[in-house]
This record gives sequence, structure tokens and C-alpha cells, in this order.
Amino acid sequence: MTAPIVTRDEPVAGTPMLDARLVVDRGAFRLDLALRISAGEVVALLGPNGAGKTTALRTLAGLTPLHDGYVTLDGQDLDRPDLSRWTATERRPIGVVFQDYLLFPHLTALDNVAFGPRRHGLDRQRARAVASDWLGRMGLAEHARRKPRQLSGGQAQRVALARALAVNPALLLLDEPLAALDARTRLDTRAQLQRHLAAHPGATLLVTHDPLDALVLADRLVIVEQGRVVQEGDAATITAQPRTDYVARLVGLNLHRGRADGHTVRVNADFSLTSGDRHDGEVFVAYPPSAVALYPRRPDGSPRNVWPATITGIQRHGDNLRVQLGGPIDVVADITPAAAAHLHLGAGQPLWAAVKATETRVYPAAPGGSHPE
Amino acid sequence: MPLLDDPVARPVPAAPPPRPRRTGRIPVALLLPAALGLLFLVLPLVGLLVRAPWTTLPQRLTEPGVLTALRLSLQTATLATLLCLLLGVPLAWLLARVDFPGRRVVRALVTVPLVLPPVVGGVALLLVFGRRGLLGGWLDSTFGITLPFTTTGVVLAEAFVAMPFLIIAVEGALRGADTRYEEAAATLGANRWTTFTHVTLPLVAPGIAAGAVLCWARALGEFGATITFAGNFPGRTQTMPIAVYLALETDLEAAIVLSLILLTVSVAILASLRDRWITSP
Repeated sequence: MTAPIVTRDEPVAGTPMLDARLVVDRGAFRLDLALRISAGEVVALLGPNGAGKTTALRTLAGLTPLHDGYVTLDGQDLDRPDLSRWTATERRPIGVVFQDYLLFPHLTALDNVAFGPRRHGLDRQRARAVASDWLGRMGLAEHARRKPRQLSGGQAQRVALARALAVNPALLLLDEPLAALDARTRLDTRAQLQRHLAAHPGATLLVTHDPLDALVLADRLVIVEQGRVVQEGDAATITAQPRTDYVARLVGLNLHRGRADGHTVRVNADFSLTSGDRHDGEVFVAYPPSAVALYPRRPDGSPRNVWPATITGIQRHGDNLRVQLGGPIDVVADITPAAAAHLHLGAGQPLWAAVKATETRVYPAAPGGSHPE
Repeated sequence: MPLLDDPVARPVPAAPPPRPRRTGRIPVALLLPAALGLLFLVLPLVGLLVRAPWTTLPQRLTEPGVLTALRLSLQTATLATLLCLLLGVPLAWLLARVDFPGRRVVRALVTVPLVLPPVVGGVALLLVFGRRGLLGGWLDSTFGITLPFTTTGVVLAEAFVAMPFLIIAVEGALRGADTRYEEAAATLGANRWTTFTHVTLPLVAPGIAAGAVLCWARALGEFGATITFAGNFPGRTQTMPIAVYLALETDLEAAIVLSLILLTVSVAILASLRDRWITSP
């Protein structure tokens, strides 16, 4: 049986708490991603629906077996198909917060949280004391005797977090922990969650499709698309230098991939952009929607990048309008309502778009540490 | 995605139009057979009440044979239900949760007593547990246990016929229960047994209760398998249905009285359990 709750030894510096390569082959879909998380670190696995995030989480929890690769947690192989090593879910030092929490409906909040400590060998009284302590830390002491259906969404989320943390997991896994909450509750709960994750001494993996959750809660982001890591790094790097269309959309940038030759970046066969910096080879070009100016006629003067475009869609975006443009390249532009009135915008209308060379950001397409496909 | 927050362009949901009430007339083609069906089910019960010898009822109720048969029926039906719970719930769990080869065959086998004429079931029980049966001989010579024509035999016969009702109800409840709760229990360190006792059972308790009620009602009314396997010994194997059947040959009024008692007891118990368990959310 698993050892009773004890404080873990400090991990040896340099070795990650979690070291994993997760391979799951389902024919049409193949998950293959490497993950390393240090003790105390919070990593967000961010990606669109169907990217394999939840499958990755399930393999770490032992709810889905690996087909290849390995899961090493705190120096122990939990799942290693090539050596036939396998540790069942109930023997893994993990805690999971599920998307809709899955609090046991027949137990009170207190007994939900005490469930883990009880299974880890504490007697009923001590398990309840541990649970009571955790509920207190979550600010839920007065709700201890309530059943899950009597709790609000935010309270249920915190009970689920307390339940997962009450076994002192070496690895805490959270599956879309804020997705089930309404916008207002989400704001408060996110702030509290951040505090509790920062205090958690073990490794934490957060699975989410919400970039805001990832940016606020995580120390490091790992972005997955179609079962593969497409980019990873801290929030600043990823927001400044997106490497796929998905990431660019998440952080609100226009992104093109092309071949640079000095100040010219050839984006496709018919179109090149002029950049401020000199580069050579495969690069990305990124610029914010606010850098794209629209004109009813071909503008004279300074902008070097000018091309004819047609409007394919318009949406409100904060105080401005976000205009989707087709043409030699697909971009989005943000313009003020006043400018929109001046342009007589309408779908299918031809326009001229312009971007100043100095507003573009160009960076190499294949730096170390990322895995472009 | 919160990148596009657009409170202006979002269409304001109009107040929903008042839902049209179904005021049209109920079609006769449905109403007529429905009424006939109800009549068909209720009329025989009314017949029982009409023909009941109300004046002599108190005397008849206190006849020793009546109470003995009633007590035996309640005892054996309850014991049979407990036996079904003990064996049937784990079997239902196996069918619902474990993917083993031949599961479909096992499921089909489990439902066989449901379609088997109970008399045939009684004969089959005799062939296995009878004195010269496959197991009966061995039980008799080794442990001195005789099952046919005993009260234990009654319980076995009732359980044999009633267990499929329990298994089907519990398996359905288990399949309907969200298995992710069991996964959550595993992540908290619960092994499969603890998960079963602490999470699965409480979650499917209403389904188990419903299955147990059905099972108990079936056991209480069991006749064919019981009379074949256990016979008709007053006080030992003569349950209420058997007493009714035998009374019918000699004393119609006695048969009616026994039937009324059986009817009252089963309706009362089913109704009270139904309020308590089955209609709970």
C-alpha cells in the first residue's frame, strides 16, 4: 500500500520532478510529446480541442496506458511499456482536478477531501482533520458539511482542488479547472488557484484551451497541436514570437512564415513583405492587427508593404473593429469605428492594406528548443 | 475564446413565445385501448374484492395455516432477495465493468431463468440439487445436506427465478453510472474494491434498491419452480401461492382470502419501498 502522507525529500537539483515522453497511438490520432516539470513549477499544456491534452493528462494519471515512451515521477518509472513497468493509478503519487470536478455526490465536502488521506492510511479522525485543514485554507471551513450539489461552482472547484492536494501529490494535474465556471466566478477562482498552485511544492501540469488561464497560472507554456508540441517557453517569448497560426491567434498577432533575403521576406510565390531588420533563411514575420492600416485607394508615400485586399469579415473587438482581409495574404486589421465610417466598410469590398516595415517583427523559424513541423 | 468580446453585435435573445399548450382532443384510437388495458389489469383485482367473504374474514385470517404460509412466504422471499443481492450485485458489476471474453454469452445465460417456464426451472434444480442430482448426491453424502423439499429449497427456487430481475436492474444502473467517479477515486488512492464499496455502490444504490424490490416481488409470487423443487409441505415449503392453488381445489373462499392477503402485503410493501427508494432523484 502507499505510504502515509509524508513530506517528500527535496528533489536533487537539476533533475525534473516529472520526466515523460507520452506516446499514444490511436491510428488516426497519434500523441507524441515530451514533458519535463521541476518541483514547484507550473506548466500549462495549451492547445485547441482535440489536440491530445486530456489524453496526455490521462496517461500521466495512469487512466490511459502509454503505447511507447515513459513516465518517470520523482525518480520512479510509473509507466514504461518497453520494460513492462506499470504503476496503477491508485498507487501513483498524484492528485487530479477533473474538468467537472467529479466530487462524490453522496459525500460531504469534508468527506470528499478526506477520501484521499483515508485511502493513504490515515484513520477516519486524522483524515478528517487533514481535510478540515485544507478546506480552511480554501476558505471553505463553513461549507464542510455540505453535499456537492449544495455548493456553488467556485466552491466545488476549490473543494476539488483541496481533495487533490490533500494527499500531497508529487504531481498535480488539472484538466480545464476553470472551464465550468461563469466569467465572473472564473476571475476570482483563477486568482485563488494561482495562489494555491504557487504554494504547491510538487510539479503541476495544467491542461487548458484558454490562453488567459495559461498565461496567468503557469510558469511555462507547452503548446500542443495534433498531438505534438509546436512551441514551448515562458509567456513573454510565446506572446512575442508565436510559431504557429494557432498560437498567433491566441496572442492576437498576424503571422506569416517565409524565406528572408535581407530586408525582403518572401511569404508566398506572389507576395513579399519588407521588414525592418535584416534576416536570411526561414523566418516568421509577426505584427499586431493594429499595425495594419486600410485605405480606400492605393496610398502614396511611406509604407513599403501595400497590397490590395478584400474584406471577408468584421467583428467588434474592444472599442475597435477587427477586420478580416483576404488577398495575397490573409491578415486581420484593427481599425477605429471612425475610420470604418470613413471607409464605408462592407463584406467583399476591395481596399488597400498597408503595414510599415518597422512594425513587423522577424525571427528565425528554426531556433533551438522548439519543434517546428 | 476571450479575444473577441462582442457585447454589441450579439443578438439580444427575444422573450420566448409562450409555449403552445396541447389542448387538442386525445385521439380515440389511443384512449380506447388505454382504457381497456387499465380495465383488464384492474378488473380481476376488483373481482377478488367483490367475491371476498367479508363477514367471515376475521375468522379465516386467524386460521393457523394462513399465518404460517404468510410467514414462510415473507421469510423465504426476503432470504432469496438477500441471496440474490449477495451473488447478483457482484455478477452485475462483472458484466458492467469487466471486459472478459464470453461476456455476451454470460449475459445471455443470466437471463435464461427469465424466459424459462418456472416449472422447468424446478425440474432443472432437481436434476442438480436432488438426492441423485449432479451436486445433490455429493452434498448429501459429504455434508448430510438435503435441499429439495426443504425451506432452503424454497429459497433456492425463488432465488433462481428472481435473480435475473436483480442482475438486469443493477447492471443497467451500473452502466448508467458515470465511471469517471471511479477514476477520480483511483486517483485518490482507492483500489478497485474500495472504489466499489465507497463510490460505486452508493452511486447505484437506488438502482440496487429498485432491483431488490423487483426481485423480492418476483420471489414472493413464485409458484412453479417452488412446487416442483420444494413440494408442498405446510409450514416448511407451502408458500402463499401454493396455498392459494391448493385451496382453490377444495375451498374457493379460502383461496380468495389467501389471495387478498398476498395482494395486500405485496402492494403495501412495494408502495412503501417505492416512495422511499425508487422515486428518489
